[in-house]
Amino acid sequence: MNIHEYQAKELFDKFNVPSPKGKVASSAEEAKVAAEELGGSNLVVKAQVHAGGRGKGTFKNGFQGGVHLVNSAAEAGDIAGKMIGEVLVTHQTGEDGRLVRKVLIAQSVDIAKEYYLAILIDRDSRAPVIVVSTEGGVNIEEVAEKTPEKILNENIHPLLGLQPYQVRKLSAALGFEGDQAKAFGKLLGALYKLFISCDCSMVEVNPLVVTTDGQVLALDAKFDFDDNALYRHPDIAAMRDPEEEDPREVEASKFDLNYIGLDGNIACLVNGAGLAMSTMDIIKHYGGEPANFLDVGGGATKEQVTNAFKIILGDPKVEGILVNIFGGIMDCNVIAEGIVAACQEVSLDLPLVVRLEGNNVAAGKKTLAESGVALITGDDLADAAEKVVKAIAA
Amino acid sequence: MAILVDENTKVLIQGITGSFGGRHAKLSLDYGTKVVAGVTPGKGGQKFEDTVPIFDTVSQAANEMGATVSAIFVPPPFAADAILEAVDAGLDLVVCITEGIPVMDMMKVRAAMEGSKTRLIGPNCPGLVTPGRGENSYGGCRIGIAPGYIHKRGNVGVVSRSGTLTYEAVWQLSALGLGQSTCVGIGGDPINGTSHLDVLKMFNDDPETEAIIMIGEIGGSAEEEAAAWAAENCKKPIAGFIAGATAPPGRRMGHAGAIISGGQGTAEAKKAAMRAAGIAVAETPAEMGSTLKAALG
Repeated sequence: MNIHEYQAKELFDKFNVPSPKGKVASSAEEAKVAAEELGGSNLVVKAQVHAGGRGKGTFKNGFQGGVHLVNSAAEAGDIAGKMIGEVLVTHQTGEDGRLVRKVLIAQSVDIAKEYYLAILIDRDSRAPVIVVSTEGGVNIEEVAEKTPEKILNENIHPLLGLQPYQVRKLSAALGFEGDQAKAFGKLLGALYKLFISCDCSMVEVNPLVVTTDGQVLALDAKFDFDDNALYRHPDIAAMRDPEEEDPREVEASKFDLNYIGLDGNIACLVNGAGLAMSTMDIIKHYGGEPANFLDVGGGATKEQVTNAFKIILGDPKVEGILVNIFGGIMDCNVIAEGIVAACQEVSLDLPLVVRLEGNNVAAGKKTLAESGVALITGDDLADAAEKVVKAIAA
Repeated sequence: MAILVDENTKVLIQGITGSFGGRHAKLSLDYGTKVVAGVTPGKGGQKFEDTVPIFDTVSQAANEMGATVSAIFVPPPFAADAILEAVDAGLDLVVCITEGIPVMDMMKVRAAMEGSKTRLIGPNCPGLVTPGRGENSYGGCRIGIAPGYIHKRGNVGVVSRSGTLTYEAVWQLSALGLGQSTCVGIGGDPINGTSHLDVLKMFNDDPETEAIIMIGEIGGSAEEEAAAWAAENCKKPIAGFIAGATAPPGRRMGHAGAIISGGQGTAEAKKAAMRAAGIAVAETPAEMGSTLKAALG
């Protein structure tokens, strides 16, 4: 799960990670008040959307840039007014862009040098790893490729936590001395505590900066949280902004369906994540393009199947559907009844290919055959994928 | 032989009184698996299905009934504790079926297990099956949630991260007349107890296993590691498949561990590593069984 920049700042404040002071605003008037409270000059106004490239983005109303420096409260209000309620298009949003509902007003700082700092879970070492680099403010993957010697990784023991010698080691690697080393150590300790306490899977501070007056500050942050742990962080779960997500995915999550929208025209409905990925792959193998990933889970109910059909059909690009169910324990006949009910309820008029296999499959196939629903039966996975691709071409 | 478990293995089930655990405990009993005890704190002294005694702790269940393996069906917030309890009781094998355990919990569990004799399989896995020799493979050891009847006792070892995709592979094998020694689902989480490599080594050492199917998916580098080891050390033919060739980068595909991040963990890279190791890679999931059959010559 991702969060907005202003929410990241709230977490920084809560855990005492030093960052420039800032306030969030939902209207031009609020922005003006916030700017006054922040001193009224040398401020930055930033559009809040879950996408990168805001500074170089363009609003659909013609206004240029989702990040602006301002020098008065009036100017802050004026700029905020041009952003809030408008749609910002950046290289990451696609041409539809994102509606800006809030802006962040923050103190602008004079940067002396930029660094990179991140903490993430490293699955190979099964431990948190802290990544630092003297090359901040740039794409770290490029740094890793071109100058890997400029990146230092430090693994943290999961049960011991961050040790003082590790802080000194990382501080030295970044070339910090004296008060700056102390300030960096404090920031890193606070950030590590935040990372662990909030069940983050990643927190990336890029850039971490030293200001011309010697402060060490986290200037920007990107968070990713472990979805499996959100149950114990209701405050973080509440930061989820469904407006920033694919509406089909939001709808699917209401029914415990695992759906990811793609760009193709053949929708698929499958039980199990591995089989769902494989079904997408085999559609592509036979020359089709999958419209989605959809795992209805191991114990899908009739209601889930019906809702899954509705979500699939809500995608205007979909021209055909492939249902692939391996009913190991699940009764294939129950699934067949679910499919029939769903087709009747949504009055399906697209080609539908169904491949059922497993427990009580004969009864399931009979139910489908006798239902009167116009569907094509796939004998096996390959046959089903071939048939759905052909049905669309026809 | 087979690996890890056989028809004599005595199994206890943590969370046997929950609907999910109870349902699968019953299916394992029906398959002929020796489910000898259940554990649900506060329900010690009761019986499951009027036959299987329930205990308050894993130690009691293991000591009194001789169970050496546990299957865990408890909800995510309590699963890490359940694994640690089973490790503390000195069990040989703990199979954690639970999906949705926070990754930080698993990180701590793995660190705490360092030096213990217990092997963990999972979490977020379908479990494992050593098929029996009866009708529809009755009489085998079924631990977890896999459909027992699709199996057939034989000489192919199966290792996979996912559930239904494994059943698909087993189904194809059985239909081709190729039975299985043991089928192991290692789970779809980023941090798990047993890797592809661990299972490959066991299959390589098992006299009953004559060939291996290794099924992987996008994310991490476990398949590459296993392939690199197999190239040098595995004496038996291997067929493989990797799911997720069409998965977009940066998105979790159902399994918490199935994600391409920073260009790492793509299906293409994994397939290339497997081919370089001499593993016969199935082009589509429909050809997992036939690819193995061809590899057997």
